[in-house]
Amino acid sequence: MFIHQIAVFLENREGRVRDFSKVLADAGVNILAMLVADTQEFGILRAITDNNAAAVAALKTAGFNCAETEILGFEVADKPGEMYKVLEILDGAGININYLYSFTRSSKKCAVILIKVDDNKKAAEVLRKHGITLAEEDIL
Amino acid sequence: MYFNEKAECMTKEEKKVYQSENLVKVVSRVYNNVPTYRAKMDEIKLKPSDIKGIDDIWKLPFTTKKDLRDNYPFGMFAAPREEIVRLHASSGTTGKLTVAGYTKKDIEIWSEGCARALAAAGAKKGTIIHIAYGYGLFTGGLGMHYGAELLGATAVPVSGGNTPRQIMLMKDFGAEILCCTPSYAIFLADEIAKMGLTPADFNLKAGIFGAEPWTAEMRHEIERKLNIKAYDIYGLSEISGPGVGAECEYHTGSHINDDFFYPEIVSTDTLKPLPYGERGELVFTTLLKEGMPLIRYRARDITALDDSPCPCGRTGMRIARIKGRSDDMLIIRGVNVFPSQIESVLISCDARISTHYHITVDRVNNLDVMLIEVELQPDVAFDEVKAVESLRKKLEGDITSAIGVNAEVKIVSCGSVRRSEGKAVRVTDKRNFD
Repeated sequence: MFIHQIAVFLENREGRVRDFSKVLADAGVNILAMLVADTQEFGILRAITDNNAAAVAALKTAGFNCAETEILGFEVADKPGEMYKVLEILDGAGININYLYSFTRSSKKCAVILIKVDDNKKAAEVLRKHGITLAEEDIL
Repeated sequence: MYFNEKAECMTKEEKKVYQSENLVKVVSRVYNNVPTYRAKMDEIKLKPSDIKGIDDIWKLPFTTKKDLRDNYPFGMFAAPREEIVRLHASSGTTGKLTVAGYTKKDIEIWSEGCARALAAAGAKKGTIIHIAYGYGLFTGGLGMHYGAELLGATAVPVSGGNTPRQIMLMKDFGAEILCCTPSYAIFLADEIAKMGLTPADFNLKAGIFGAEPWTAEMRHEIERKLNIKAYDIYGLSEISGPGVGAECEYHTGSHINDDFFYPEIVSTDTLKPLPYGERGELVFTTLLKEGMPLIRYRARDITALDDSPCPCGRTGMRIARIKGRSDDMLIIRGVNVFPSQIESVLISCDARISTHYHITVDRVNNLDVMLIEVELQPDVAFDEVKAVESLRKKLEGDITSAIGVNAEVKIVSCGSVRRSEGKAVRVTDKRNFD
C-alpha cells in the first residue's frame, strides 16, 4: 500500500549530489523521481528508485547517512486541477502534508503524487474512501 | 594607590620570611587534616618537618583538579565543616563541580586580594563600582563585591545579563569602575554606541577585566570605546577567586598577591620549576588559607613570572598575560568548559548521535562563539528537515544546560569529522590571544 523511497542526509558541501548520483550509477540503480530539500547547513534527498535495497547498500558503503522510508502515493489524471481535488480532500480531513513530489507516467497518462504525512494509514483510508487510486509499489 | 601598602610593598627579604613561616604552617595543617595530602606526602616519605621554608617548596607534591574531583565535595577541606562560611564551585572535566570552601578568614584574604586590585585601578572609599560579573557559585561577582565593600567603595551588584538595564544603571549611578569579562566590556561599549550614547554620558574611569583570556588589541579597543583605563585581573576559584593577582597602573603583568598565594612556574613536560622569565605552567600554594588550602596546585595556565622591580612599588611577582592552557579546558565567555562535558552529553543524549564531534571556538564581534559539529550514527537518516532541526535543538539545549554557555550545534554525516591518528583533535580554537 505504501511506497518506499530512499532518504539521504547530505551535508552542504560541494559535490555531494554528484557523489550520490555516481554511487547509484555504479550500482546500476535508476532514479524515477527525486526531491532535494536544502537548508543552510544540510540537504535531504528523497528518491524513488528501481532498486532501493541496492541503492541503500551502495550508499551506506560509500559512507552516506541513508535509509529506506515509507511514503504515500496516489494517481491522478495528467490534467489541470486533478491534484488540487485530492489535496482538498486531505485538507478537509485535517491531514497536513510535510512534503510532496511527483512524476508522470506517460504510458498510463497519469501522474503519481507522492506525499509525506504524519499518519500514512489515516491518509490512505481517507483517499480510498473518496475513490482515489493509491499508487502501488509494483507499478513503479 | 595601595590598599595595604605594608603588605603590597614588603621587601623581598621580609616577604621570604613571611612566606616561609606560613608555608611551614600550611603544610602542617594539610598533613594533619587532609587525608589526601597525608597520603601524598607519606608516599614520597616527606614529613612536614622537612619543609623549613619557601626554598623547600619544590619538595612538595602537586595538587591537581583530579584531586579535587576525587575528594568531591568536601574531602580537601582542612577546617572543621562548621567553620566553612561559604561554598563556591566551578565546572570540572566530568560534569562534576570543583568545590571551594572558605572560612571567615579565607573570605577576608580573598576580599583583600580584590580590594588591592580595585585600589590599584584607582578605587577608594565611595567609588561606585559596577560589578557585572555573575553572582552565584561563580566567584567573580561575590569576590569583587566583598573587595569593594572592604575597600569602603560602593558596590553595585548588577551581575550579568540585561544589558540595557546595565547601561542605564551605569549612567544614572555614575559608576567609575566597571568589573566584567573583557568580551562583555566590548559588547557593552557597542551597545552604548548603538543607543546613541558616548563615554561623555558616563562617569567611567577604569575597568577591571578578567575571567577569560584577552589580547592587547581588546584592551586598546575597550580603552578607546569606553574612554577608560583597562586593568587585567587574575584568579581561579580553587585558589580563592578573582584577585589572586591584578595589574597596577604600569600594566606590565598582574602582580600576584604572593604573600597569600605563592606562585611557581614549572615545565609542562618535566614539572620541574623553571627560572623567572621562562614560560611554563603556573602553580600556586595558598599560604594563609584555612578552609581549602592547596599545595602546589596546577592552575594549568601558561605564563611566565617576572620578579623585576615595578615602578609602582609593589613587590608582588608579576605574571605575563595568560597565553593558553596545559589542559584542554576552554574558557568561553568566562565559563570553564571541558570537551569531556560535551562528550558525556553526546553519549547520553540521543542514540542517533555518534561520539565523533569537533568543537570550533571563535570570537565574533568580540564575543566567544562555540560551534559543535556532531556526527550521525552510520545507520541514521532523515526524510524530513524538521526531524534534523528538532534533533539539533535538543542537542543544543542539553549541551547548553550541561556547560552553562550557549553552543551552536551542526549535525553532520557520518565520517565527516576529521579523524586523527592517536589522540583525537577535538577542538579548534580560532581565538588569538597573542
